[in-house]
Amino acid sequence: MNSISKTLNKRKKLKKNLKNKISEGTYNKVKNLDVPKGLYEKCPSCDKTINMKKNIENDYICNHCGNHFRMRAIDRIKYIIDEDTFAEKGLGFITLNPLFQDGYEEKLAKYKKATNLDEAYIYGFGQIFGQPCVIGVMDSYFLMGSMGSVVGEKVTKSFEYAIYKKLPIVIFTASGGARMQEGIFSLMQMAKTSSAVASHSNMGLLYISVLTHPTTGGVTASFATLGDIILAEPNALVGFAGPRVIEQTINQKLPEGFQRSEFLEEKGFVDKVIHRKDLKRSLAKLLALHRRSY
Amino acid sequence: MDILSKEKKLAKLEKQINDLGDSKAVEKLKLEIESYKKKEMTKLTAWDRVLLARHQKRPTAKDFINYISPDFIELHGDRLFRDDRSIIGGIGTIDGIPFTIIATQKGKNLENNLLRNFAMPHPEGYRKALRLMEQAEKFKRPILTLIDTPGAYPGIGAEERGQGHAIAQNLFKMSQLTVPIIAVVIGEGGSGGALALGVANRVLMLENAIYSILSPEGYASILWKDSTLAPKAAEIMKLTALDLKDFEIIDEIIKEPLGGAHYNKTETFKNTKIAIMAEFHKLRRLSGTELHYRKITKFRNFGFLQRFNYENLGGIKR
Ligand SMILES: [Zn+2]
Repeated sequence: MNSISKTLNKRKKLKKNLKNKISEGTYNKVKNLDVPKGLYEKCPSCDKTINMKKNIENDYICNHCGNHFRMRAIDRIKYIIDEDTFAEKGLGFITLNPLFQDGYEEKLAKYKKATNLDEAYIYGFGQIFGQPCVIGVMDSYFLMGSMGSVVGEKVTKSFEYAIYKKLPIVIFTASGGARMQEGIFSLMQMAKTSSAVASHSNMGLLYISVLTHPTTGGVTASFATLGDIILAEPNALVGFAGPRVIEQTINQKLPEGFQRSEFLEEKGFVDKVIHRKDLKRSLAKLLALHRRSY
Repeated sequence: MDILSKEKKLAKLEKQINDLGDSKAVEKLKLEIESYKKKEMTKLTAWDRVLLARHQKRPTAKDFINYISPDFIELHGDRLFRDDRSIIGGIGTIDGIPFTIIATQKGKNLENNLLRNFAMPHPEGYRKALRLMEQAEKFKRPILTLIDTPGAYPGIGAEERGQGHAIAQNLFKMSQLTVPIIAVVIGEGGSGGALALGVANRVLMLENAIYSILSPEGYASILWKDSTLAPKAAEIMKLTALDLKDFEIIDEIIKEPLGGAHYNKTETFKNTKIAIMAEFHKLRRLSGTELHYRKITKFRNFGFLQRFNYENLGGIKR
């Protein structure tokens, strides 16, 4: 009896600690992380010098040409999710070094420190204009958003959480593909996440995937292209093979706009290309349209 | 000395025997060959296995099918765009039991390889595979896939027709099938292109086959900006059957004859067939729901990481 109550107390204490830790988790701590290094930088699309501070105020869109810059996962959540509704889930996984690759741990530690993330993917519960959903965002600033064991696990967990709560899920993808350093384990994440999408889909729940710049490789060939509805940001690079690999294989230059989201929309692989400023409204609308009516 | 130069030395010895005709020297040379084989051909590095998996003379999927299922009927096309010749699919019996058999097919020579596109499928190939798998599901036929591909083809047409989408659909639908699926990696298992046929209840691998996230050359050129360091990359990538069995990514290793599959093809085919049927007889007892459940649980647990516990939280610096 005594030991049971002891254990219960211990668990309560741990849970309390956990709650404190989560509430001061990524969301609050990273608020002023994205102050850019240089105040003025060149837009890669139109080559004009832009004021980064103004750029951030403009939702990371170039004032001159409308180029969408990459967004940090945390900023994305702040941008898409209603204020104070986000609750981060799936903390506490640790990436290991299965193939004992030299320098992988150091690299991870470096990125962890630089980005304040534990991996290239965060997910949790949130509301979009009052519509509840599970939201998952990949961060391409963490090792190019590559999918290793932990990213695969967290993506799978986010689907499982959505199944458990019977919620729709929205995932923003941004990834260079599989994580080379984890070898075959990284490859298997493709099958794992795809099968998680299938389980979620079998429950009759909605999955919206939003492709952002850049989404390539193993992520494109798994959960990114399995959404019931696939949206994309303008001019995002989306493809299976990287442009450089294709150029090397076929020995010729690729046409302008190849593998960009407008191209994919034209070829029929994206439902709609949506400007960042309209994204939140569109998502809320889509979520509302998928309420059960009977 | 890698495996190919060892092979050359053996061929030279064998030629010497033929030149000599019958004599005592022949016996001596024969003994020398045997001892050389036993001594050198058993010590294989990971790079040796890569070379063997890509060996010119290595039996292709068609050779396997000819032996395993002599009455195989090939079925063509994805019903959407065209027939991709780098993937062959159809129906045939193995020990009298009808199987749907799908395989990536390498060519035997350059001309043949151009037809087969070096076993690098386009999206229509994967869609054909999926069509045949769904057909198998309808008629409750077990599925056998033979994997031997450097990967999915990176090209303009492939991207236009949704290479990523086609592979993703295969992973998605294959995980949901309720018929027994057995996959055998017979040569190269290259990245997503191989996995698109590999979401199986049981995954087997030939002893000298490889299965990896990308080619050793690609790995070396990303990591060290030099693709000639591929042998070094092969050693650290853990892509051989033994390594993958250790990781429990694959279920069984099929033994190859001394020196590789091409030294005694019939023996290779025989071993493969026995292994496939052994797995099939284990799987046939299970119901469809059970097969589905076991498959998704198996793939759910893949990953090398430290799972959640409260103490882990202390380690994360926010
Ligand atoms: Zn611009």
